[in-house]
Amino acid sequence: MSKERIKIAEELFDIMPVEYQDLVKRATYGNETRGWKDIGNAKELIEEHSLCAGCPESMAFRYILASLPNPEDTVMVGSTGCTSLVFPHVAVHNIHSLFGNQNAIASGLKRALSVRFPDRTKDVVVLAGDGATVDIGLDMTLQAWFRQEKFTTICFDNELYANTGGQESGLMQKGFVAKMAPVGKSFEKVRLPEIARESGCHYVVNCTVSKPNLVEKVIKNAIHVAREIGPTYLQLYTPCILEIGKNSMEGLQEMRDSEKPSERFAYKEFVSEPAKELLTEMAAKEKERKAEAKRQLAAKTVSV
Amino acid sequence: MATQASFIGQKNKKDQVYTDPWNMMYEAERTPSFFTGSEVIKEAVRRASCDMMVAYPITPQSEAAALCGELFAEGYIGDYFRGESEFAVMSQCAGAAFGGARVFTTTAGPGTMRAMENFPMWAGARLPIQMIVTCRGINSPLSIQPDTLEISYLMQTGMLVWHAETAQDFYDWILMGYMVSEEPDVHLPLALCCDGFFVTHTKDMVDLTPVDMCLPPYDPYRSPVPCMDMECPPVRMMRDPFVMKSNYISYATHASWQQEVWAAVERSRKHTIRWMNGLIDTENADADVLVVASGTAVSQSREAIAILEDEGITVGLVKVKTLRPWPGEEIKEATKHAKHIIVPEFNVTGWLAREVRSTIPNNERVHAGPHVCGGMTMPPEIIASEIKTLMGMKTETLSARGS
Repeated sequence: MSKERIKIAEELFDIMPVEYQDLVKRATYGNETRGWKDIGNAKELIEEHSLCAGCPESMAFRYILASLPNPEDTVMVGSTGCTSLVFPHVAVHNIHSLFGNQNAIASGLKRALSVRFPDRTKDVVVLAGDGATVDIGLDMTLQAWFRQEKFTTICFDNELYANTGGQESGLMQKGFVAKMAPVGKSFEKVRLPEIARESGCHYVVNCTVSKPNLVEKVIKNAIHVAREIGPTYLQLYTPCILEIGKNSMEGLQEMRDSEKPSERFAYKEFVSEPAKELLTEMAAKEKERKAEAKRQLAAKTVSV
Repeated sequence: MATQASFIGQKNKKDQVYTDPWNMMYEAERTPSFFTGSEVIKEAVRRASCDMMVAYPITPQSEAAALCGELFAEGYIGDYFRGESEFAVMSQCAGAAFGGARVFTTTAGPGTMRAMENFPMWAGARLPIQMIVTCRGINSPLSIQPDTLEISYLMQTGMLVWHAETAQDFYDWILMGYMVSEEPDVHLPLALCCDGFFVTHTKDMVDLTPVDMCLPPYDPYRSPVPCMDMECPPVRMMRDPFVMKSNYISYATHASWQQEVWAAVERSRKHTIRWMNGLIDTENADADVLVVASGTAVSQSREAIAILEDEGITVGLVKVKTLRPWPGEEIKEATKHAKHIIVPEFNVTGWLAREVRSTIPNNERVHAGPHVCGGMTMPPEIIASEIKTLMGMKTETLSARGS
């Protein structure tokens, strides 16, 4: 891109909203090396959000949007829930339609974009909560994977229905007492990462969003693998501090506690053979790019 | 950005010429062909420049959906696949339409009901998807036979709803349907309904437009809402998401958008009237007795009217072609002289009679029935006998005649 597509006619620049002017002047569309470190320096693709203060989902949103490799040609698909309160503030096209149908929407969308733009890359990224992904939308989640649809599915796993007030969900831990689980949930947390692997996903990661560099890496990997090979799945722990009785400042610690080696969000990764090849190739190119940048910097320093 | 005009005269990859739709439908030479309704659907889609079709098996639309798959294999459709359920299929159609594709799908009966959550969403999102509905029973115990009850649910969704009588209607209306529903001041989904089996599985003579002509492609940038393809600026849509707000602005926004969707249904009138030569057809509308019907009930009524004509009784006919927009004024005008208005229907509740009653003055003139349902046929004799009874004439019971 091409910020061309969002450029404002000079005569009208000053009457556009300041957020939009910022988007044109300081957003990182088209910057191939964009990442979480741009947060705070460049224009972010998310405006102020309407989530609870300290909600880890808001952190996750920022890291993900900063890490999209190709935001100028990325369309996101959401579902009903807390995430749907954020999408209206996001500066990439995004679709909310119904609850649980996100992977069906994304299947149609990705195919339509491939038909309409056969020579260009248009990424599709699904981002939905665990109720949408695992409960009401499970058939469409899995069927998209069976069909090898080429988009990334991200699940914000907060282990319950947060937006409706803390009801039991399939990804909730066994024994947790919640609304609609008045004597504690009676069955185990659904093992969707393993199911994703068996269903044909080529890159699967289960982790928290405590480390922005890790989030950046897995987002980029997942999107590139989806673009070139087939479906990818990320399950990110974004605890609902409200419903688990934590304070605004305690979200980060909750994630750190839950990613210890023996805990349920210890980093887990599955990469298929073709995805391994792709990622190795990409890593080599990235190494070469960095070395080249270093050489150029050195040359510049010498000439000065 | 692309405009439709720029495509006229160019060829697609199947060597079909993108043709001015009016010329294609009204001026180009037609070839009479003897086809089933399902084959007619295929032939219309072949000429419709569709980017995407999503299919799912359910009787009686399975054959049409599979035939469209052959079109994809031949290269006439951009992409095609089988979804996992009608709910998913209609969401897949939505995703494709959000992405700027011209989308086609088919469903029937329980499939329509399973997918129902999608339809007000399609209308609210202004997605001009075309869905063929080959109506069948939705009752329990299971039935796969014709029954039009599902149409009454579709009528409240904000979609355009048309009810085809014959395979010829079907053929023409599939192509005209895109022209109406893609108008910028309409831009709504269309449910093009017919009575399953009676239309889909019987053969009929249909006049086809030339196979080397097709509709101009869909131009998603004529939509009243942004196409979700990142080809136009991704501005933040709103400062506060309306869903969670309990305030006047939120309510007013939702209310005004619903009103706008229904206003768009109304705005489709002028386009539909032009393309389909009116929202209703009438024959002998000045008769004392009128039949008002839609779908296959129209054909059966024609037969009944011929039977009565032989006995010297003249009965008029109003064929209702569009249910949304509802041709209220047209029906009011057409029925103003009628003393008795008979509304035969292929469903148990009589939704068409209810609509007619809600439209015309002195609505005690409306006689709801005869009704058949669950796959029963409607012999013209029962319509004729109902009319005679209503006129105070003696009729033999059907059983006495052994029919």
